Amino acid sequence: METAVSHELVRMVIAAVLVIAFVFLNAMIMGYLERKISAHIQRRPGLMEVGPHGILQLLIDGLKLIGKQLIVPKDADKPLFRLAPLLSFTPVVLPLIVIPFGPKLQVRDLDIGLVFILAVSSLNVMAILIAGWSSNNKYSLFGAMRSVAQNISYEIPMLLSLLAVVMITNTFSMQGIIAAQNKIWFFIVQPVAFLIYLTASFAETNRAPFDLPEAESELTAGYHTEYSGMGFSLFMLAEYANMFVVCSIATVLFLGGWRGIPLPLGDYGPAIWFFLKVYGLMLFMIWVRWTYPRTRFDQLMNFCWKYMIPFALVNLLVTAVVVKLI
Amino acid sequence: MKNNGYFKELFVGAKSLLVGLGVTFKAFTQPIVTVQYPREKLEITPNYRGHIELVRDPETGECPCIVCGMCARTCPCGCITVKGEKKEGEKRKSLTVFQLDFTKCSLCGLCVESCPKAAIDFSQDYNIAGFTREEFHYDLIKRLEERG
Amino acid sequence: MPEPCRPDSKPHRFFLNMGPQHPSTHGVLRVILEMDGEYVVDPQPVLGYGHRMHEKMAECRPWPQFLPNTGRMDYAAALPYNHGYVALIERLAGIEVPLRAEYIRVITSELNRIASHLLWFGALLLDLGAFTPILYSFDDREQILDILEDITGSRLTYCYFRVGGVSKDIDDKFVERTRAFIKRLRGRFPMYEKLVNGNIIFIKRVEDIGIIDADMCRRYGATGPVIRGAGVPYDIRKSEPYSVYPEFDFEIPVGSKGDSMDRFLVRFQEMEQSLRIIEQALDKLPEGPFMAKVPKKLKLPAGDANFSVEAARGELAYYLISDGSDVPYRLKIRVPSYSNLSLLPEMCRGMLLSDLVAAMGSLDLVIPEIDR
Repeated sequence: METAVSHELVRMVIAAVLVIAFVFLNAMIMGYLERKISAHIQRRPGLMEVGPHGILQLLIDGLKLIGKQLIVPKDADKPLFRLAPLLSFTPVVLPLIVIPFGPKLQVRDLDIGLVFILAVSSLNVMAILIAGWSSNNKYSLFGAMRSVAQNISYEIPMLLSLLAVVMITNTFSMQGIIAAQNKIWFFIVQPVAFLIYLTASFAETNRAPFDLPEAESELTAGYHTEYSGMGFSLFMLAEYANMFVVCSIATVLFLGGWRGIPLPLGDYGPAIWFFLKVYGLMLFMIWVRWTYPRTRFDQLMNFCWKYMIPFALVNLLVTAVVVKLI
Repeated sequence: MKNNGYFKELFVGAKSLLVGLGVTFKAFTQPIVTVQYPREKLEITPNYRGHIELVRDPETGECPCIVCGMCARTCPCGCITVKGEKKEGEKRKSLTVFQLDFTKCSLCGLCVESCPKAAIDFSQDYNIAGFTREEFHYDLIKRLEERG
Repeated sequence: MPEPCRPDSKPHRFFLNMGPQHPSTHGVLRVILEMDGEYVVDPQPVLGYGHRMHEKMAECRPWPQFLPNTGRMDYAAALPYNHGYVALIERLAGIEVPLRAEYIRVITSELNRIASHLLWFGALLLDLGAFTPILYSFDDREQILDILEDITGSRLTYCYFRVGGVSKDIDDKFVERTRAFIKRLRGRFPMYEKLVNGNIIFIKRVEDIGIIDADMCRRYGATGPVIRGAGVPYDIRKSEPYSVYPEFDFEIPVGSKGDSMDRFLVRFQEMEQSLRIIEQALDKLPEGPFMAKVPKKLKLPAGDANFSVEAARGELAYYLISDGSDVPYRLKIRVPSYSNLSLLPEMCRGMLLSDLVAAMGSLDLVIPEIDR
């Protein structure tokens, strides 16, 4: 009994370290890809200086950000101001615990995996609100308010679209959902839900064209205007990790998770498929960001209430009827 | 909103978004158009008007400046200082000081046009940076001698 | 809660200071916004951060020495500013300009107008949050700058026109490159239309935003694409023709509603019209001298004169009073952006902050020109 507990403890510690390491690695990869892809879309070479094709640039950037002074504005609410980056970082680490990277490569397969992820990742809003509020800067506050309104409204269509999948699979467990896709991936069965989820995930991660909380041309940098050094980079880490989380949910629920043509790599084959799918979706998000202008706030809300929620509800209803009949 | 516009707007909008993605994807596959500046340099046009420079007469090899001071008087910014003295046994004044305060220069080129002897011309120098103001107080006679 | 700054303002209103350093004021414009939540109740522009006393400088130096200053007011389209000033001196001194010089002036001015509109195109999209179009339009603008650099010697703050002509003749290489550029830009327009004009997000952001009707334009003296967007075909090139513009066949694009979309489309179509003018001018380009015989020391006769040109942003007027010496007694410069900016408070009252940014971008303001 005692050894079992300590085994589990060691496992959790290792997993936690790996997950946090992965968050940093992911931010580095995504930062590099974002800058490189945006550069090529704009027909310039992008990062070229540090390492071959600038591959080490993000490492150097990270070191620079760690070395920078964390400036706290004079009139800021200091404890909250320091707390906010940490608070935004934590909720994006937790969902990675239940994400199945492969059939066996998963920290914990909770029965309520999907609910856990959605519950934890909506904590992120709190961090943004705290950051905007404590900065004592009107632009930051604008960004924070927009972010809260946007994240809360878009959570509704997001959940409704995911519920349609859950109705088919009858489980919240991530492995269970993947197991249900052994015949057909759900984006074929549930194309509307997939599109709604994808659109909502842009809003959930504050990515363009829904990047209103950090709308540069209006609010300078939104809620993280006043942050410097590591405070700023924790927000960036959180943003990229958040992208990873929403994309991996999309992969698990709609794209068959780690399923794919078997590769001769043993247990790592499925993991490779999983990462390919997730990063494919993330590249799509980058591609979208560097193409479109930004929407306006009331348009964003209109779109949510006039299009996304009715469509998601109808989709849910149709799914329920079909499931019942079959 | 009219009911019939509801779905139309959705589909027209979605199509326009896909078209936009197509444009950026096409650009993504095309070669880059910028130049990696310190490593590659573009050929600068010979007509480029940099700061001014004293030039030599191709026949005599001497600077044809006659210290008339036209350039200093024409300059809107007053950035040219010309001084000369009449040495014994010579007919015309010879140039002793020709300084350009490039911090004030607006690169208009009026001095070059006003020069009756074509003694000044534009340089091709565009990589100009420095740490102090004094670095931009050019002694053009010295620069002429350095160029040989 | 701090006390409200104005006694009559309601307690839930607050002030937001936009600028002088802000990503979307494009320079050093400061707008004090009285806000009610995200709604702008009262925007008040504050000017003068880039004031350089250009008009006073004109009174303190002989008139040829003011020439480099003209290119530094509206740095995005400097050549029409050169043009207005030299044409003013020519009118006052009664100098006849050779035909070839006039053609060169028109060609280079129109190229400069396209460069300015491309810059505005990118900047507006940047205000709306799209980063990529500005780099595409800069790719095209760069071609114009290269062509103009080869002929004028500088890339931005041109000082190319001279009283009586231009400082340097154009050559076959210039004609060839300009023709190649016309072809290239025409090929790029469909790409811009696909990426921007048809994009639903873009249309939603600019349509019915910042409506300015013709009456409002007249009250504030707004000119250029702003009044043309309101449906009034007022263009100095047609209504008060100068230089050799009457010899060319071109249209003045006008809008209907006067919203940001109309202003966008007017400028977009103006680029095509400028291409048409350049094409015709290159075809008709006469031989001859590029500089008139101007006395070395030209004294202006006592009297006054004014001259208007169509700059990239609207009507630019110079008014000069001469007392017979070689220093002007007074030079008044009427810049288009100043009048266009004065529309801002009335236009943006009750708007969302995001719309204010979009509407301000569609006015195409160049701040150093306003401040002079």
